[in-house]
Amino acid sequence: MALLEIQNLVVEFQTASGPFRAVDGVSLHVDEREVLAIVGESGSGKSVSMLAVMGLLPWTATVTADRMSFNGRDLLKMSPAERRKIIGKDISMIFQEPMASLNPCFTIGFQIEEVLRFHMGMDGAQRRARSIELLTQVGIAEPAERLNSFPHQMSGGQCQRVMIAIAIACNPKLLIADEPTTALDVTIQKQILDLLVSLQAKYGMGLIMITHNMGVVAETADRVIVQYKGRKMEEADVLSLFESPKSNYTRALLSALPENAVGDRLPTVSDMLFEPAPSGAAA
Amino acid sequence: MSIKVVEGKNIVRDYHIGGGLFRGQRTVHAVKGVSFSVDKGKTLAIVGESGCGKSTLARIITLIDPATSGELFIDGNKVDIARNGLTKEMRRKVQIVFQNPYGSLNPRQKIGDVLGEPLLINTNKPAEERRDLAMKMLKKVGLGPEHYNRYPHMFSGGQRQRIAIARALMLNPSLLVLDEPVSALDLSVQAQVLNLLADLQDEFQLTYVFISHDLSVVRYIADDVMVMYFGEAVEYGSREEVFADPKHSYTRTLFAATPRADIASIKARLAKKKAAA
Repeated sequence: MALLEIQNLVVEFQTASGPFRAVDGVSLHVDEREVLAIVGESGSGKSVSMLAVMGLLPWTATVTADRMSFNGRDLLKMSPAERRKIIGKDISMIFQEPMASLNPCFTIGFQIEEVLRFHMGMDGAQRRARSIELLTQVGIAEPAERLNSFPHQMSGGQCQRVMIAIAIACNPKLLIADEPTTALDVTIQKQILDLLVSLQAKYGMGLIMITHNMGVVAETADRVIVQYKGRKMEEADVLSLFESPKSNYTRALLSALPENAVGDRLPTVSDMLFEPAPSGAAA
Repeated sequence: MSIKVVEGKNIVRDYHIGGGLFRGQRTVHAVKGVSFSVDKGKTLAIVGESGCGKSTLARIITLIDPATSGELFIDGNKVDIARNGLTKEMRRKVQIVFQNPYGSLNPRQKIGDVLGEPLLINTNKPAEERRDLAMKMLKKVGLGPEHYNRYPHMFSGGQRQRIAIARALMLNPSLLVLDEPVSALDLSVQAQVLNLLADLQDEFQLTYVFISHDLSVVRYIADDVMVMYFGEAVEYGSREEVFADPKHSYTRTLFAATPRADIASIKARLAKKKAAA
């Protein structure tokens, strides 16, 4: 059975110039122990659709879907209180900017323990032991001392490891990683990706990787969804996507990779830069 | 014979940190004796992780910061801004494009004024001429005259990076320093900006110093590659040499860490995963 199942998800934002449709009829599912990558450029609605799953969109957004269920339970019909019990525990998310997503005013120990206190109801000693265990798992040296560090005392890579520790604190069934390595160097990127994939395999989590980097997709995913301007362009397993892309957009995206350059100019994905933004009523 | 546009000999840059009432001074050696030279119309790529001194080196080449020691030659003339200061003529020769197109444009300045400002400061050209030149440059980088009166927030990331490139080119520089110009951009937009840079290089015989940590981009755009690690140039050679036969262990680590998107490596990964399961 699918862990997360979404059918015909539509997200609209109320703007001064009328409704804007950011996600337009996207369906997807993730199974247990599966790595799904969602690829697309900025504005393709890949982050917005996952924020809709998490229920983190602002009030200006209207979320509708034929079906949005997690582990057999309908997320749309749940009360906010019930939903909060799932979010952060069974479904958790890692964001792009590790420095910006940790609270600069609190130690990282406090921020890890916050999740454990809220969702697991552990007492102080248990929380501390679990926090040290988590930091060890994500590969931070001297975990006990590090609990008292503030985010600004750590590097970007280390902050991202702390974010991962917070996300896996309650053994989630589904982990959503929204561009987890975009702000990091290649060497650190490699370490973080290896860490995510090994944790995913170890705990049998479902993992959704949101990215615009085709290299990251090739290194991590089992199955890939390509999204463009709020619509799903293609869905395929990773090998067939790279071997024989079906949609023109995927093909263009692959040929825009610098390593695939033939001759001295790169083929570009049409002149989409100068295309007018899709109007909200484009259904 | 090829002309050397920029040459650095044994460039060192130290930063002095701290020195409070209770703490002694500490010295950070950001760049430790780096030498390089770039010929006219060529591209030197500087690769390395954050904190390896590549941006410090960029600031020295752009004449923003002086080097602590070492010699810097631009168009064959020795430049020492710590001793002799900076003339308008030197400022004209070297320009820089920064990484973040969202942060490097003044949000309250219209694009036309952004492009006209270098001319206003460094030349005596009248307003009419500045306007004409700005219009021409907008067209060169693939934007239109209708963009002249718009503000930066009205543009996408790729368009802003075009504006930043246009601003850098307003003074006809001989050397352009590009500090991670495409790492904040999407793949499709990245390709467009890289193509634009290649077109401009052909048209104006520009020399680029291209700073990046993305090896696939470097492989595409560079003639020479320098790999920096903790302030030292651990590898320096032509693109073919460096990519075919990396000598230093750090370069090899860097190559191994770069995600590969070819079918063979995907197959290898999937086979490995199957075996582990």
